[in-house]
Order: sequence, then C-alpha cells, then structure tokens
Amino acid sequence: MPRKADPSDLIKRVRRGEHAAASRALTLVVDEDDSSEALAKDFFKSAGCAQKIGVCGPPGAGKSTLTGRLIGHYRKLKLQVGVLMVDPSSSISGGAFLGDRLRIMEHATDSGVFIRSLASRGMIGGLTHTIFGAIHVLEALGCEKILIETVGTGQDEVEIASVADTVVYVTTPAMGDEIQAMKAGAMEIGDVFVVNKADLSGKDKAVGDLRAALGLGHSAGQAPRAWEPPIVATSALSGEGIAELARELDGHWAHLKKSGEGRARLKKQHATELQFWIQRRVVKTALDRVNDKILEEMVAHKTDPASLGRRLLRN
Amino acid sequence: MSTKPIRVLIAKPGLDGHDRGAKVIVRALRDAGFEVIYTGIRQTPDMIAAAALQEDVDAVGLSLLSGAHLTLFPEVVKTLRKKGLKDVLVFGGGIIPEEDVAKLKKAGVDRTFGPGTPLSAIVDYLNEKLRVAA
Repeated sequence: MPRKADPSDLIKRVRRGEHAAASRALTLVVDEDDSSEALAKDFFKSAGCAQKIGVCGPPGAGKSTLTGRLIGHYRKLKLQVGVLMVDPSSSISGGAFLGDRLRIMEHATDSGVFIRSLASRGMIGGLTHTIFGAIHVLEALGCEKILIETVGTGQDEVEIASVADTVVYVTTPAMGDEIQAMKAGAMEIGDVFVVNKADLSGKDKAVGDLRAALGLGHSAGQAPRAWEPPIVATSALSGEGIAELARELDGHWAHLKKSGEGRARLKKQHATELQFWIQRRVVKTALDRVNDKILEEMVAHKTDPASLGRRLLRN
Repeated sequence: MSTKPIRVLIAKPGLDGHDRGAKVIVRALRDAGFEVIYTGIRQTPDMIAAAALQEDVDAVGLSLLSGAHLTLFPEVVKTLRKKGLKDVLVFGGGIIPEEDVAKLKKAGVDRTFGPGTPLSAIVDYLNEKLRVAA
C-alpha cells in the first residue's frame, strides 16, 4: 500500500465505508503522521454521531468476550459496529502484544464490523493518546456503535469516562468483597455495572455487594441522580444477560440524549481531546529541544530545571 | 514522532492447534519493539486477511505444523492480495520440508523459518525488510 495517499481521496473512501481506507487512516492518525491533521479535521465533523461505549474493568474480567457478545447483539440489529481494543505497550521495548482480537475472531469476516487493536504507546490510564482520532475515523466510516475496550488496569482507570458516552464497568464474582467495591476510582465512573462470569458461584453475593456499595452514596447524603447505574449479571461464555445489558446501554444512550447530559459529556470529551492535543504538541516540542549541552549546564549548576523548563517552553 | 512501531500479525491457519511456536515468536517480536497481533488457532485465510486489513499490518507471519502449508500458505497470500494488500510481507514457520521452501517462495511466502531458527534471525529479517521500506 502506498504510504502517502491523497488525503481527500482517503477521506472520500473512508466516508464511503471502505475498510481498507479506514485502516490506513487509523495508522496515519495513531502514528501522528504529518498528513493526519488534514484527515482529523474532516473526520471531526462526524464527532458525536455514534454511541461510544467504554468497556473497563480488571484484567481477566471478560471484557473482550463480553465485547464480542455485544458485537453479535448489535449485528443482529444490522447496526454498523466499530471496535477499538487497547492493550499495553512495553515500557522496556516499546513493543506490544495485542491479543484482544483473538476473543472476537468470529466477527472477523463480517463487513459490518471493523476491529482495530491499539497499543497504549506510553500512556497510563488504560487508553492511548490518539484514541479520539481513532474514534473519529470510525465515526466517519459510519459506525453506529463504537466499543472501546481499555487496557484493564483496574482501580484507577478513569480516563475512559472522558472518552466514552457510556462506561461499562465489568467485574466478576471472584473480584473481592464490598470493601473493594467501596474504593474510589473506576467504581465512580460506571454508568452500567456488569457482574460477568455469572455462571460461576457467588454471582448473587457480588451483585449484592455492588448494590450495597453504590447505595452507600445515598446514605452519605448524595443527591438522587437522574441515572442510577444498573447492575447486570452476564455470562459472556453462554450469552446470558447480554440482551439485558444491551437494553441498559440503549437506556443510557436515550437518557444522555434527552437530559442534556449527552451534550455535557460531549463537551467534556472535546475538552479532553484538546487537552491531549496540546499536551502532545507542547510537551513534545519542548522535549525535542533538550540536548546534551543543556543537560551539562544543569550538571554544572549553571541553571536549574525550572529556569530551563521556562526557557524551553518560551522558545 | 520517532520511529513508528512495525505491526505484525501472527496467525495459525487451518486445523493445527500447536501454537507454542507462534506464541514464542509473538513474545520475541514484542520484546524487540514490534506491535504484534495474535489471532489464535484455527483461522481461515479469509479471517487472517480481514484481520491484516483492519490492523494495517506490515507483515503476516504464518505458523503451521500440520503439513498443510502448501495448501494454506498460498491461499492466505492469494486472499491478502485479493483484498488489495499488495505490499504486506508474508513469512512462515513450522515443519516445512526443504523441498517446499522454494514452492512457497514462488507462491509469495517471502521466507520460511524451520525448527531451531534463532529468534534473533526472525527479528533481524523483519527489521531489515521493513525498516528500510518504511
């Protein structure tokens, strides 16, 4: 494939629904290629048209298998589905093993599903810096539901709340007691909670623990909310509970649309995207100016990090 | 950005379930700085080609120990090319008799690695083939 394609041609092909074009556009966007800005400008016009569903939770909770089940559900309804699955990059080699696709290979040849594995490439928090750009490609491609699976770092994986419209927090009966469920972090951002692996024993206790932990907010004086996060027990293995989960996801999407909360979230997403862009641009530009000469100046105490930092940012 | 990671798909076509070799390759490539997508066992050429297309990989590595390589490897190459993936490098590994290597090469499998190949040879091969082209 040619590395440099004409952006307007590529944009046209993505908007026509061509997977090969979307795939190439995704590469340019996630590699932060010089040409990606022209693409991103156009794709952003489609921002907000699909429901972005974030699937988070600890490693091994069954996020990928559950995602596969949701794909199947949406495909029965003839919806176009996009999937972004993030796995960690090695901080040592920079390489990554992207193994989530393996769980959903049954949808590999379905032309209504586009799946892309992304490496976190140095970002902490379960996502990758270019996640918004990747989402906009899928929106421009015509996806109606976009499933975003996070790395699965667990307790403080909250970035997804600034990226997705609906956050699904997946846990299992074996993940601990209600004290785990009381902790801050991921528990605060779930719009829908899933106790997966409901085929295992302890499902009812896990659901009860979650309900008790979520209910503590009321006792602590939290005002009643327009959307109370439901808890759904599923077995991604057997398919049990998937229809109910999909109903809750639809319910949340409807709630977002009619309550004004949807607009507020979209604004927050755009603010985060802008923040990512500025961080990448400013930080990288400043860091590129660091050279051995100025490091030597610091070692010789001729300058200090704060003064130097100011100088590099000004230039 | 600095160097863009090379993306490689490792796949096992056909009915052979012996995937330890494939997993070792995945691990070695990850540790050498590649982004590696593994699709698991029992894949059809169509599944492999669709995954390669959506993941926009630079190379596809096929592993097979069952003896069906002369049927399956060329079929994967054909399906990839049919989907417009003309430049994707295809390489293979497994129990491949010496006399089949040339046949596979002719069918578009650029290089075949047999048992006992040092992992560094595969890493070097991919770096050499793909870093220059990028």
